[in-house]
Amino acid sequence: MNGPSARFKLGLSYAILIVLTIVSLYPALWIVLSSLKEGNSLYSDTLIPRNFTFDHYRELFRSTKYPIWFMNTLKVAALSTVLGTFLLLLTSYAVSRFRFAGRRFSLNALLVLQMFPGFMAMIAVYVVLNSMGLLNSHLALVLVYSSGAIVTNVFVAKGFFDTVPKSLEEAARIDGASHLTVFFRIMVPLAKPMLTYASLMIFNGCFVDFIFADLVLRSEDQRTLAVGLYKMVNQRNSTEFTLFASGAVLVALPVMTLFLVLQRNLVDGLTAGASKG
Amino acid sequence: MSNRTAGALLSTLFMGLGQLYNRQWAKGILFLAAGIGIVAGAVALDLPSYLRGLWTLGDQPSGLVKVGKLTKMVEGDHSIFLLIKGLMAALGLLLALALYAGGIRDAYKTGRQRDEGRPVNSFRQSLRAINNRSFAYIVLLPPAVFILFLTVLPLIFSVLLAFTNYADPILPPANLIDWVGFANFVKLVSLKVWSDTFFGVLLWTVVWAAIATATTYVGGILVAVLIHQPRIRFKAFWRTVMIVPFAIPSLISLLVMRNMFNNQFGPVNDMLRMIGLGGVPWLSDPNWAKVTLVLVNMWIGIPITMILAFGILTTISRDLYEAAEVDGAGSYQKFKLITLPMVLFATAPVLIMQFAGNLNNFNVIYLLTDGGPVNSGYQYAGHTDLLVTWLYKLALDQAQYSFASVIGIVIFVIVASLSIWSYRRTRSYKEEDMIA
Repeated sequence: MNGPSARFKLGLSYAILIVLTIVSLYPALWIVLSSLKEGNSLYSDTLIPRNFTFDHYRELFRSTKYPIWFMNTLKVAALSTVLGTFLLLLTSYAVSRFRFAGRRFSLNALLVLQMFPGFMAMIAVYVVLNSMGLLNSHLALVLVYSSGAIVTNVFVAKGFFDTVPKSLEEAARIDGASHLTVFFRIMVPLAKPMLTYASLMIFNGCFVDFIFADLVLRSEDQRTLAVGLYKMVNQRNSTEFTLFASGAVLVALPVMTLFLVLQRNLVDGLTAGASKG
Repeated sequence: MSNRTAGALLSTLFMGLGQLYNRQWAKGILFLAAGIGIVAGAVALDLPSYLRGLWTLGDQPSGLVKVGKLTKMVEGDHSIFLLIKGLMAALGLLLALALYAGGIRDAYKTGRQRDEGRPVNSFRQSLRAINNRSFAYIVLLPPAVFILFLTVLPLIFSVLLAFTNYADPILPPANLIDWVGFANFVKLVSLKVWSDTFFGVLLWTVVWAAIATATTYVGGILVAVLIHQPRIRFKAFWRTVMIVPFAIPSLISLLVMRNMFNNQFGPVNDMLRMIGLGGVPWLSDPNWAKVTLVLVNMWIGIPITMILAFGILTTISRDLYEAAEVDGAGSYQKFKLITLPMVLFATAPVLIMQFAGNLNNFNVIYLLTDGGPVNSGYQYAGHTDLLVTWLYKLALDQAQYSFASVIGIVIFVIVASLSIWSYRRTRSYKEEDMIA
């Protein structure tokens, strides 16, 4: 087992891993270094800038609406996550636990809804929001994101509830607990890992949506980060690349931290979502 | 006449009468009030006119009309609003009918109880029964309202658009829209300008989905196996590093990648030039753009498969390997005969879903190449456009709404056939009562 060929193979494995590490970290490293570099152009003759500067971060807060966008995004994402997760919980619990007339139909309908490309209905959502007078409002985004969250995550959540033994609730019901008590005192605490996964997905979705938010939000003061950043790179691409870089770093940091901290839940959620549909 | 027939008939006559006949006063009054409310609402809002609007999509376009000697701007019918309001009215009507049918059913059931001499539920008992039996309905009501108005209604609207002529230059309020049946579908496959683009884009979409799925799948499993080797140390470190691309929001990483692959100033070409190779037209040449897309997609997609494969690798029992070693198997044989079959078997269902996901991989294409480079032979599409990015361009940039909807339906048919085929094999669909 410890012959030269085994050692060679181990060395090769490490070599491949190091190359992969460079490839997977390089874009992140490059954008961070770009955001710290002097000047505003994309081109740089060295990877590590000669002089480090925080000017671009300062400029981001002084001359763009970045702080407003950040607060907008945080508001929309937080509200959508809370509302979306709550609605998701209700839906998945009900379809997993109760056998009611129309259940099979609802399940199939949810399945069918997932299969339409999301953009297809965008024009119609726009018209509906327009007729409700909700255009250019954050409430519109929250409502649409929450509704979308149910449809996209319901099968993962239902799959989770399917695995919780029914005897748990039956025991509680016999002890006189109402459906609501069972739901809030037993099921919700049990569902914590799944809830973490689902809310992370919803939160992330709100953070990075630049298509629908762009359609709904008309004024610069209402914009979310994703929209603002996308416009920034599209309009100022060549001239103010470093400014974009600093904005990108600040958006990626919170999401990335959440993902890495919650890695464990993420892995469980992804695995559950994959094997249970 | 028996009580059940009388109750059902009275409830058919008007909501609530059957319940009153069964002496369920509170319930009867509630139903009666609901019925009056529905009828009053339908009359006040002029429900039939909405339904007529849905049918005709308007008779009078906005425009200049001669009134005597003057030409006046007259606001006519707006087909799009007629369509959506008609849909809402139809949806409301359906809900009202459901309530109406429920009332009849309830009156019939209560009547039968009386016929059989059993006592009738009091209002409080009814409420408790609702809480017990219909808990699911109550819980599902709020999500259902959301989904109905923000997902289902818009989707029906969009599907209906495919059967209209709502496409530039026929745009309300100056023009009226008409139902045209399957004309758009026929145009898409038979009219040369459209069919060339459609089949070209469709072919690339399928090729893309196949390559993108295969590369990330194989790559992810290989990386997982590499890290999972028993002699590799710092497994958690390597794994975390490999998950980083997945943790960066794809919006950001794709915009960054677009700059990295910039022909003139991007660091990738810069490095190639430094080692003496000429720069590559990563995003501006049709074929290179496709290569770039696949590479970038691997960077984003491999971590997901890797995470999944890890989950499976850790569940493979060590005994299997030990038994194989006793039988004299080398590491290659162990990999080929134990690891690979186990991983492939467990992740096969994911493959279909990833394929479907890649068919609609909007972000990668839109943010990296925006469908470009331009293809002069295509109608509103570029060399790397997928069906879904073409749909987006048709609807939001070119105002070809009806064609966008047709494309949406095509995508739906493809994804639906794939998903139904695979969903039916999954556990939560098949063996629902597995845990009693």
